[in-house]
Amino acid sequence: MSGPRYLGFDTLSLHAGQRPDPATGSRATPIYQTTSFVFDDAARASGLFSVGRAGYVYSRIANPTVSVLEERVAALEGGVGAVATASGMAAIHVAISTLVGAGSHIVSSRALYGGTHNLLAYTLPRFGVETTFVDPRDPQAFARAIRPETKLVYAETVGNPRGEVLDIEAVANIAHAAGVPLVIDATLTTPWLMKPIDHGADIVVHSLTKFIGGHGIAIGGAVVDGGQFDWEGSGRFPQLTDRDMGLNELDFAEDFGPSAYIMRVRLEGLRDFGASLSPTNAFHLLQGLETLPLRMRRHCDNAQQVAEFLGAQPAVEQVTYAGLPNHPDYALAQRLMPKGCGAVFSFVLKGGRAAGRKFIDALQVFSHLANVGDAKSLVIHPASTTHARLDADALARAGVSEGLVRLSIGLEDPQDLLDDLVRALNVSQK
Amino acid sequence: MEIVYQGKTTYVQTAGYGLDPAKPTVCFVHGAGMDHAVWTLFVRHFSRNGYNAIAPDLRGHGRSAGEPLTTIEACAQWLLGLFDALKLGPVAVAGHSMGSLVALQAAADGGERIRALGLLGFGYPMAVGAPLLDAARANDHVAVDMMTIWGHDFGAQIGGHQIPGLSIINVTKRRLEAARPGVIYADLNACHTYAGGAEAAAKIQCPVTLILGDRDRMTPVRGAREFAKSFSRASIEMIPACGHGMMEEKPEQTHKALVKALGV
Repeated sequence: MSGPRYLGFDTLSLHAGQRPDPATGSRATPIYQTTSFVFDDAARASGLFSVGRAGYVYSRIANPTVSVLEERVAALEGGVGAVATASGMAAIHVAISTLVGAGSHIVSSRALYGGTHNLLAYTLPRFGVETTFVDPRDPQAFARAIRPETKLVYAETVGNPRGEVLDIEAVANIAHAAGVPLVIDATLTTPWLMKPIDHGADIVVHSLTKFIGGHGIAIGGAVVDGGQFDWEGSGRFPQLTDRDMGLNELDFAEDFGPSAYIMRVRLEGLRDFGASLSPTNAFHLLQGLETLPLRMRRHCDNAQQVAEFLGAQPAVEQVTYAGLPNHPDYALAQRLMPKGCGAVFSFVLKGGRAAGRKFIDALQVFSHLANVGDAKSLVIHPASTTHARLDADALARAGVSEGLVRLSIGLEDPQDLLDDLVRALNVSQK
Repeated sequence: MEIVYQGKTTYVQTAGYGLDPAKPTVCFVHGAGMDHAVWTLFVRHFSRNGYNAIAPDLRGHGRSAGEPLTTIEACAQWLLGLFDALKLGPVAVAGHSMGSLVALQAAADGGERIRALGLLGFGYPMAVGAPLLDAARANDHVAVDMMTIWGHDFGAQIGGHQIPGLSIINVTKRRLEAARPGVIYADLNACHTYAGGAEAAAKIQCPVTLILGDRDRMTPVRGAREFAKSFSRASIEMIPACGHGMMEEKPEQTHKALVKALGV
């Protein structure tokens, strides 16, 4: 039986969260660059503070420009709501800290962005939160690592930089059977390539700095709540299922139903940790988000061409891209991401570290920097930069070799990228 | 809070506040496939401003056990019995959509026990189209999609709402998905077959306020306006650019209308 249609992805990318400004008619989202909002009267002030009225109080907790971005990201991911944060790492921190406390345990994929690995392996243990890292390609490894005090399972949709594709449904089922949510970083895929919530993930985090912004001018992050996890049934989260006298006497699950988690992220996470996104950065990120579908098509097309090209070069030992048939997760990637496998991947140059340095220095179109997801093509050597905190064993477990080069393929004319790579590959082998 | 009522666990939201016999009471009744949480902002407001505020989960809904009741009349009797079980004095009742029919019938049956009546997203008769009824009977997700999309103004899919960061379309979808199998059909069929509205309206002596969205696609305002003439004391609060889901589409305007309709 067919029903009415929801608005499509491209339309939501442009419109979700914003209607023309009622005061001025402004078509573009205005930047509400203000710290605070005037109350109409004492009764409304009281209602806002006691979570009995809807509206804005203070931009650390909520801001109209930021809210447009939050609603848009939530709509694109199929979530019940989102909270935008000052950075992707702030999103990861607040997503996790809403769920854990001293004595809690996390089970995480070991294929992680270096900053996330650092948070889980070194920083959170100082606060009494321990993490067990497991192979993301072995869903049962997640099951074996779950303990009574485990509060969440954490993974990335596609690992960075080796491109491990997570079997989201399998891992989500394991997490749910144990009564814990699956929190997943979908930065490299964006909702255009895949919506993790549709596959069973409960909470999605993003670095908006990357493909969603796309322009490389603003840092930001977001937490999205799928609204499907059974907090009451789990029994592991009293902060969501008991009335909290320190937080406006709210019982989040009882009072907010499907939006329980994201309401606590906002009302506790932003209130107490304060890693809120600035309205101006939200505005910048919205400009990028409007063209996400157009850009992602070109990112993926260019990445596929470059990956296939590199795979045929004698100077290249190995290309690790889930869009190539020789990648171990190729079949899974085709199922989860039929529109493309993203634009971040790695390859190993013959000649190791020395060749890698020559290669990077010879590139002229690619920019050597510590970011991914820019409209411009980027390159970096993880072993000496993003993964430098990892010791030799951890580096090996993360699948990062000394000759590994990570590329983030941009929107340039693909032939110009190939020409740049040919030139640099030739230099690297001299 | 949870009580055992008619032998079944029954949930009544009070937002953490107990019930005080000295205070006036307001009660909020949810619509088809929904539960108490659609009323949280309003329960919190009234409970912190001198009222007993309650939002029960109708039988078989949300946190209340049992099979759903299958007629509006049965729901109304259940509601009045709940007031007795909670030892409440006169109650101002607001209902949304199916809940508005329950509130209407309860006001007719309850006489002076009902102090004021608020009818949100109201229409009578509340006929439900065959495609929606058929999908609901089959527990087909299409029923959720129809109720989600038609249950809001078109602009709700765009968003820009007063509750920061929430996608109210997706919140509604999740609420309906959480309804137990058969509940949505039982509710919609109860609305569709309810024939006692005119008789009920003729009995009601308390003040009645119809709180309507001017872009309501589920219960268009034309029918509600006409039916309002059936009451001895009725007024209409029209919320502009609002569909059927006014509590989340336009919570601030709904708040003001409810305060006016239910306040002492």
